[in-house]
Amino acid sequence: MPTRAPDRAPRDLNQSATTGGVGDSPTRPDGPLKVKGEFAYSSDLFMDDMVWGATLRSPHPRALIRSIDFAAALALPGVDAVLTHEDVPGCKLYGLDVRDQPVLAIGEVRHQGEPVALVAADHPETARRALKLIQVDYEVLEPVVDARRALFDPESPRVHPDGNLVRHQPVRVGADVDDPAVRARCAVVVSGEYEVGIQDQAFLGPESGLAVPAEDGGVDLYVATQWMHNDLLQVAPCLGLPEAKVRMTLSGVGGAFGGREDLSMQIHAAMLALRIGKPVKMVYNREESFFGHVHRHPASMKYTYGATAEGKLVFADVEIVLDGGGYTSATSNVVGNAASLGVGPYVVPNIRIDSYGALTNNPPCGAMRGFGAVQACFAYESMMDKLAAALGLDPVTIRQRNAVTQGDKLATGQVVEAPAPVAEMLETLKALPMPAPADTSDLRNLPGSTANTTHGEGVVRGVGYGIGVKNICFSEDFDDYSTARVRLELLGDTVGALVHTAAAEVGQGLITLEAQIARTELGVEQVVIHPADSSVGNAGSSSASRQSYMTGGAVKTACEAVRAAVFARLAEDHGRDYDDLSLVGGKIVSHAEGVIGTLEEVLAAGPIEETREYHHHRTDRMDPFTGQGNSHTQLAFAVHRAVVDVDIELGLIKVVALDLVQDVGKIMNRLSLEGQLHGGSAQGLGLAVMEEIQVRDGKVRNPSFTDYLIPTILDMPPMRMEILENADPRAPYGLRGAGEPPTLSSTPAIAAAIRDATGLDLRRVPIRPEDLTEVPTDA
Amino acid sequence: MRVTFTVNGRRAEADDVWEGESLLYVLRERVGLPGSKNACEQGECGSCTVYLDDVPVCSCLVAAGQVQDREVRTVEGLADGDELDPVQACFIKAGAVQCGFCTPGLLVQAHALIEHNPAPTDPEIREALAGNLCRCTGYEKILDAVREAAAIKAGVA
Repeated sequence: MPTRAPDRAPRDLNQSATTGGVGDSPTRPDGPLKVKGEFAYSSDLFMDDMVWGATLRSPHPRALIRSIDFAAALALPGVDAVLTHEDVPGCKLYGLDVRDQPVLAIGEVRHQGEPVALVAADHPETARRALKLIQVDYEVLEPVVDARRALFDPESPRVHPDGNLVRHQPVRVGADVDDPAVRARCAVVVSGEYEVGIQDQAFLGPESGLAVPAEDGGVDLYVATQWMHNDLLQVAPCLGLPEAKVRMTLSGVGGAFGGREDLSMQIHAAMLALRIGKPVKMVYNREESFFGHVHRHPASMKYTYGATAEGKLVFADVEIVLDGGGYTSATSNVVGNAASLGVGPYVVPNIRIDSYGALTNNPPCGAMRGFGAVQACFAYESMMDKLAAALGLDPVTIRQRNAVTQGDKLATGQVVEAPAPVAEMLETLKALPMPAPADTSDLRNLPGSTANTTHGEGVVRGVGYGIGVKNICFSEDFDDYSTARVRLELLGDTVGALVHTAAAEVGQGLITLEAQIARTELGVEQVVIHPADSSVGNAGSSSASRQSYMTGGAVKTACEAVRAAVFARLAEDHGRDYDDLSLVGGKIVSHAEGVIGTLEEVLAAGPIEETREYHHHRTDRMDPFTGQGNSHTQLAFAVHRAVVDVDIELGLIKVVALDLVQDVGKIMNRLSLEGQLHGGSAQGLGLAVMEEIQVRDGKVRNPSFTDYLIPTILDMPPMRMEILENADPRAPYGLRGAGEPPTLSSTPAIAAAIRDATGLDLRRVPIRPEDLTEVPTDA
Repeated sequence: MRVTFTVNGRRAEADDVWEGESLLYVLRERVGLPGSKNACEQGECGSCTVYLDDVPVCSCLVAAGQVQDREVRTVEGLADGDELDPVQACFIKAGAVQCGFCTPGLLVQAHALIEHNPAPTDPEIREALAGNLCRCTGYEKILDAVREAAAIKAGVA
């Protein structure tokens, strides 16, 4: 048990709703706290005697550390401790998949911003001054910054002793794509080289939390994370503590998008707290946040496609290089996703894909919404447009002629078992009304807006399409199960359900959904969501669009067990069996005999509590040589149509419309769902036209919201959406994960629209003004 | 130094304030009002927006000493007791809150917009909220919320 809790610790969220089951749109249980400013985010935690932790980070992307002298820092009044790698109590390395990341640098740094030392002090400013007093003697080395060189040039320095390759995943289908017989079947062959810049999750709530030393020698950690049990697996060994002595409570999470799947300040704050015996709070500022989490992998991709005169794909030859930066993080699985989804939702009879993940001295990359599928989607959708242009076909037609449908095989040989009406989705999208021409009487409708750069002259409109397919839940034989504990009890004179999981509510609305499922399955109005903590079983990560499926499934299964226990207790009380019972509005109803009892009566003998795990069906690893295998748990599809106005003289872009058709299997909560689709589309828009961590010689040039731009309310157009419900029979309620697919398809749709407007062969996102200001050769 | 000001109608006093501290830090760490948020601390995201004498400002850019004897109203001061301001209620109802980290700043900014312009058009809402970053919602539900709050305040909804 925690020795003592901080002020503003997370608390039960209690909500009563007469409707609000699955399919309704009840509001968020945390909504009232959030609008009153009372919701406890991880940066809001407070204890009277707490001190502030801060991190010294390497200014160099690659250097040896000759010495660290922190005597002056330690002597500064107000400083409680200065720690280096020598003070790490247990294992000195950690990592999401591979333990290759030092808690604090040991003799060498492999990326700019790598943590080197820690300070605890009475005020953040004291801590900042102390950091400046730490003298680190670096021997600066030439950084490895080109992922292709890192992989393929034997002369390249090794970033890690084992070399620079994290994973190479080939995919081989059909005949050799170089076979003249294959080539002979093609009316056209087109090639393209594509690049995706580094995107940042740019969640608004910075990395932060509070570590409280406990009397048992352990520590209580209040943090914002996506996956508490995986944090625990990494944190406890580094602290030299058994997992039972590291108790984690999820504090308010200000967005995540993949960026909180890796650890940030967890071990550091705990080390400081254990060393000095006081609670330690750490809060990154925005600049530090850019160095405090992994980003979306930048990609360099070479594609060649051949097709018949009718536009049917004959072969695909693909090379994808993903730069993982200084440490492994999630790179291996990102490579797997890019490989397995490398040609997207299209039927291709002959395939050669080689997907690689590299280690370099660039910023570390790992999970971000879309996870490897985003990069490939930009390339394969660009190729579909290129092919359409070469054949004189409409971009929608060529997609429809090649789109997978139920029963078809993906590149991995996996059969698409659930409905996949991609061609029909495109038809629906195409039929949505187009936006009116820009009203040039109001500058705000034009690229450049009130900067008054145009009154409509030089502005050209374009339209583009994009399709994305995303794997939902973890793939490749990973059993990413979830656990839920559900308790039904009398709360005063009403019956309430208490739902307890370790699943991270990061803003997506999972807790709303948990309550909806409890209402539907148990027929109660009152549902209390217990704060997520590590005292209940693993829920897996809030990533891969998987929590509705997995934790939703776990809550449903636990509710079913509670319901069965209610019926069993009633049967025991009545001394007879029933086989036709249901729970409706707090009453136990027999189909044959009507109401035979109430929950109040049954629960008078005490609460009923059940804990259940939920596992999805087993998947396969991809074959290491052919990439074949049923590697994905579920597939989800989204299609976007973008309309853009481009000022071709200045290279300014306004996205006028970004319409979406997505199949979600089952609309669990329309309000929350629409928010996910809007937000996911906005992040794709950001990648298309503005978002990039700019890196030169391994150093980040724009670690601020002044220089790293994310879409504002002026950048996002109104969205028309059609949401389809073709159930996946294997998933709870038939649902499909929904958060990621729109992030895939919006980027290529916008890029295609800009190409359509300008006639330029744009091969890189984000598309910058300077990419557009050449007069197109075929204009 | 000591800073004395009025916040949400109450007198507040903060001691031992370091000269470099921002109003945001004083609110969050010294007077127990962490509702205003620390997303960028450089005036780009709007999450820390508060009223300073009726003008919305980024509290991260206001030096603590500047608020001496002045009035500050934060997100914690928008509701009337337990009764939410229509802007707050509409943000919940419209689905404009996801992670909620941008919400306090957006609420203050939207509240100020409607105070000054009771019937804002969409372009006016967009312009007024252009300094408030949100990473979750794509802004569509925020527009819905502000439209509805304006209508309620004008008595037409």
